[in-house]
Amino acid sequence: MTGLLALIVVILFVVTLWQMSKIFKLSQLKNKNVNSETAQVANDKDNRVNGKLFVMFMVFLYGITIYCFWNYSKFYLPEASSEHGTDYDYLMFISLALIMFVQVITQALLHYFAYKYQGKKGNRALFYADNDKLEFIWTIIPVIVLAGLIIYGLFTWSDIMNFEEEEDAIVVELYAKRFVWEARYAGEDRTLGNANVRFIEGANTVGIDASDSDAMDDVVTTELHLPVGRQVIFKLRSQDVLHSAYMPHFRAQMNVVPGMITQFSFTPSVTTEEIRETEYMQDKMYNIKEIRKEKNKQSIAAGDGPLDAYDEFDYYLLCNKICGASHYNMQMKIVVETQEEYDAWMAEQKTFAQTIAEATQE
Amino acid sequence: MSAHAANIDHAHDEDHGHHHHEPTFIEKYIFSTDHKMISKQYLITGLIMGIIGIAMSLLFRLQLAWPDHNFTVYEVLLGDWGKDGVMDPNIYLALVTIHGTIMVFFVLTAGLSGTFSNLLIPLQIGARDMASGFLNMVSYWLFFVSSVIMVLSLFVESGPAAAGWTIYPPLSALPDSIPASGMGMTLWLVSMAIFIASSLLGSLNYIVTVINLRTKGMSMTRLPLTIWAFFVTAIIGVVSFPVLLSAALMLIMDRSFGTSFFLSDIYIGGEVLHNSGGSPVLFEHLFWFLGHPEVYIVLLPALGITSEIISTNARKPIFGYRAMVASILAIAFLSTIVWGHHMFISGMNPFLGSVFTFTTLLIAIPSAVKAFNYITTLWKGNLQFNPAMLFSIGLVSTFISGGLTGIILGDSTLDINVHDTYFVVAHFHLVMGISALYGLFAGVYHWFPKMFEGKMMNKNLGYVHFWVTVIGAYGIFFPMHFIGMAGLPRRYYTNTAFPYFDDLADVNVAITIFAFITASAQLVFLYNFVSSIFYGKVGEKNPWKSNTLEWTTEHKHIHGNWAGAIPHVHRWPYDYSKLNKDESDYVIPGQDFVPQHIPLQENEEEMHH
Repeated sequence: MTGLLALIVVILFVVTLWQMSKIFKLSQLKNKNVNSETAQVANDKDNRVNGKLFVMFMVFLYGITIYCFWNYSKFYLPEASSEHGTDYDYLMFISLALIMFVQVITQALLHYFAYKYQGKKGNRALFYADNDKLEFIWTIIPVIVLAGLIIYGLFTWSDIMNFEEEEDAIVVELYAKRFVWEARYAGEDRTLGNANVRFIEGANTVGIDASDSDAMDDVVTTELHLPVGRQVIFKLRSQDVLHSAYMPHFRAQMNVVPGMITQFSFTPSVTTEEIRETEYMQDKMYNIKEIRKEKNKQSIAAGDGPLDAYDEFDYYLLCNKICGASHYNMQMKIVVETQEEYDAWMAEQKTFAQTIAEATQE
Repeated sequence: MSAHAANIDHAHDEDHGHHHHEPTFIEKYIFSTDHKMISKQYLITGLIMGIIGIAMSLLFRLQLAWPDHNFTVYEVLLGDWGKDGVMDPNIYLALVTIHGTIMVFFVLTAGLSGTFSNLLIPLQIGARDMASGFLNMVSYWLFFVSSVIMVLSLFVESGPAAAGWTIYPPLSALPDSIPASGMGMTLWLVSMAIFIASSLLGSLNYIVTVINLRTKGMSMTRLPLTIWAFFVTAIIGVVSFPVLLSAALMLIMDRSFGTSFFLSDIYIGGEVLHNSGGSPVLFEHLFWFLGHPEVYIVLLPALGITSEIISTNARKPIFGYRAMVASILAIAFLSTIVWGHHMFISGMNPFLGSVFTFTTLLIAIPSAVKAFNYITTLWKGNLQFNPAMLFSIGLVSTFISGGLTGIILGDSTLDINVHDTYFVVAHFHLVMGISALYGLFAGVYHWFPKMFEGKMMNKNLGYVHFWVTVIGAYGIFFPMHFIGMAGLPRRYYTNTAFPYFDDLADVNVAITIFAFITASAQLVFLYNFVSSIFYGKVGEKNPWKSNTLEWTTEHKHIHGNWAGAIPHVHRWPYDYSKLNKDESDYVIPGQDFVPQHIPLQENEEEMHH
C-alpha cells in the first residue's frame, strides 16, 4: 500500500512539474507579444480558460456530492434505537434537506455567474451598488426559515434534556476512568448510594461510600444491559479526566466531568436481537465481514495473526473526549434485551454488599 | 476630529520624512518599526509555521489511512515516537494538538490578520504608519518569540502538548494522565501567553490607527471593507483574548501551585489528589469565550480581503456596502455570545443550551447576507480571473458549504450525535480553515506587488495552485461529513479498535490521498512566492486597476509611504464602472475605475457615499 501511495505522490509530482514547465513556456511565448508590465495580470484568454474551469469545477462539486450521497449514505447510522432518536432523525433529515437545497442553488449561482460574466476587453460591468428590497428579502427569508428551525430544535431539545422521570425508570451510573467504563445500577431501592473517588479501595473500584445504606444493593458491572422500552436515567461520573459517553445508535451523548454528576436519559426501543435482524445491519455486517476477511489474510501473511472475530453486531458506548493514549479504545458493550432476559442477567450480578463481603473474606 | 488629528500628524511626519537618516540593516530588516516590513515579517513567519502545521497533518493523515502500516517517515521525523515506523498514540495526539494550535493561532490569526492589518491599515486609510510603530515592532517580536517557544516545545523529551488544541483540564493539568502535560504543556502555555500579549498590542494599535489616522475625507463609511474587517477583528481580539489569558493563568496555577480552579475529586496514578471544588466546565467557558470569537478573528479578515478583491476584479462596486458593514458588526457582536454551542453536552444546564442555540443560529443571518451579496457582486460583472479573484470565489464557495453545516451543529439537539465526530472536523475546516486560507492566499496574490516593491507573482503558477487546491480541499473535507454522520469520533489514533468502523477505512484512504495532492499544490505556491520575491516581474503601479489608496504609492518602499503629501479622499472605494450623467462613457473616459483620491467629476452624479 505504501508503494502505491508513494507512486501516486511521485506521479502527481511529475505531472505538476511537467505542467509547470509547460506553463512557463507558454507564458514566455506570450510575453513576446504582451507588454511585460501587464504580463502577470489576467487577460481575456485567462478569463476564458478560468471561466470554463469554474463550470467544470461546479460539475466536480456536484459530482462529488452525488458520489458521496450515493456511496456513503449507507454509512449513516441505522434508524435510532431510542424513542427520542426518532425525533432526532426527523429533525436531522429536515435540516439536511434544507441545507442541501440552499447549497445546490447558491453554488450553482456562484459558479455560473463566474462563467457567464467572465471578463472581456470592452465589456462593461453594471454599476449596481445597492438594492434595499433585495437585501430585505434575503435577510427576511433566512430569518423566517431559521426561526422555524430554532423553534423546532428547541422543543426537541427540551423534550430530550428536561425529561420527566417515569415510575419504572432504571437509574444507572456510568463511571468513566482511563480507559474503562463501568456501570453501576441503583438496585432495588432505585437510589444510587453516595460515592466519591476518596472511597476507592480494593474491590470498591468506583468509590462507593460503604457507610451509605442506599449503596448496599448497588450493582457494578462492566457491560451495560438495558431492558427494552423502559426509561433509563444515566448519571455520569468520572474518576480522572474529562470523558464523553457517546452512544451513537441511541442518539445519546453526554460529557463525563470529574467533580460533578451529569445526566442524560433515553428509552431504548430496539433490542440487540432486533437490530441484528434488520436489513441495514445485515448488509453492513456482510460488508464488514468481507473487508475483515481480506484484512485477516494480510494480517496473517504479515505474521501478526488473525484479527479478533466480529461476527455479530453489538451496541457500544465509546469515549468521545480525548482522555489519553488509549482514548481510541475506551469502549463498553451495550445489550438491549427483553425485561426477562434483563432480570435473568441482573440476578447473576453481585450487589455491592456481596462484593465487599467477599473482599473482606479474602 | 479624526481628520484634524491626521493633519497635524502628517505635518509632523513630513518634517521628519525629508531628512530621515539612512536606516541600518538591523533597523530596516530586523527591528523595523515600518508597518510594511513588519507585515512581511508576519507573513513569512506565518508561512513557516504553516509549513510545520500542514506537515503535521500529513503525518497523522498517513496514520489514519493506514493504521496497521509501518512508515519509516515516522521514525525519520518523530524519532523515538515513531520507532520502527509505528506512530506512538501519544505523538498522534500531540500532532493533532499542535496542528490545531499552529494553524488557528500562528497561521490564521497572526499570519493572516497580522500580515494584512499591518500592510493595509496605514496604506488604505492614508496614514504614514501605525499609531505606534514601536508597539507594532514589539508585537511582532513577541509573536516571533511565542512561535519559537511553540516550535521548541516539539523537542521536549516528554513530547509537546497533547490534550487537544482546546487543552481541557484535567488532562492538560496532570502529567500523570499523559506525559505531554508536563514540560510540553508548560511551554504551550508560556507560548500562548506571549502570543496573547502580542495579539493585544497589535490589536490596540490597529484600533487606534483606524480611529485616529484616517486621511482627510476618509469617513468611516468610505473605508474599504478590508479596513472595516481588520478594525472589528481587532476589537473582538481585545475583548476576548484577555479571557484566554486568565484561563491560561488559572491553569498554570492549578498545575504548579496546587490551586483547584478546574480540578476536583480526581483519582489518578493510584492516589486521590487533594483538589476539590474546581470545575473543568469553568475552563470550557473561559476557553470558548475566546475560542469562538477566535473563529471570527480568523475569518473576518479573510472576508474583508475577499470583499475588496471581488469588487476590484468584478469591476463592480461591492453589492450592499452598508449591509456588508452591518453584517461584519452583527457577526462580531453575536460571535461573543455564542461560545456555549461548543458545550451543549458538557453538562451545563440545558436551558443555557437553548439560549446558545438561539444566538448561534442567528449568526446564519448576517452570514447569509454576506454570501448573497458576494454572489450579486459577480452578477453582470466583467470578471478578471486573477489568482486572487479565483481564491476569493473559492472562499465564497467553502464559506457557504461549511457555513451551512453549522446549522446542524449549532442546533443543540442535532449536536448531541455529531458532537466531536468528523462531521465537526469537516465543518470547521471548510468554514474557517480553508476559507481563511483562501483569504490568505487571495491577499498574498493581490498585495504581493505592494509588499515586494512592484514585483508580481506568476499568474499561471497561481492558477495551478488554485485549481489543485480547491479540488483537493473539497476532496478532503466533503467525504469527511459522511464518516462523521456514521458516528466516527475525532482524535482517535486508529479506528481499528471498533470493527464497526471497518467499512469507513476506504474513505479515510481517499481523504489522505487528497490531502497529499492538496499539500503538494502548496509547494507550487511556495516556489512561486519565493522565486517572485527575487525574480518576479515588476508590474504597473496599479496592476489590478484598483481604487484604494495603497496603489497611489510608489513601488519603492519609503518610510511614511507617500513621498509628498498624503492624498485626500473624495469618494468611497468602490466606484468601478460608474458611468457619467448621460451614460455615454465612464466617469473618467476610457477608464472603468475612479480611485478614491479623485475629486467628484463635473459630469458625475454624486452618490450617497
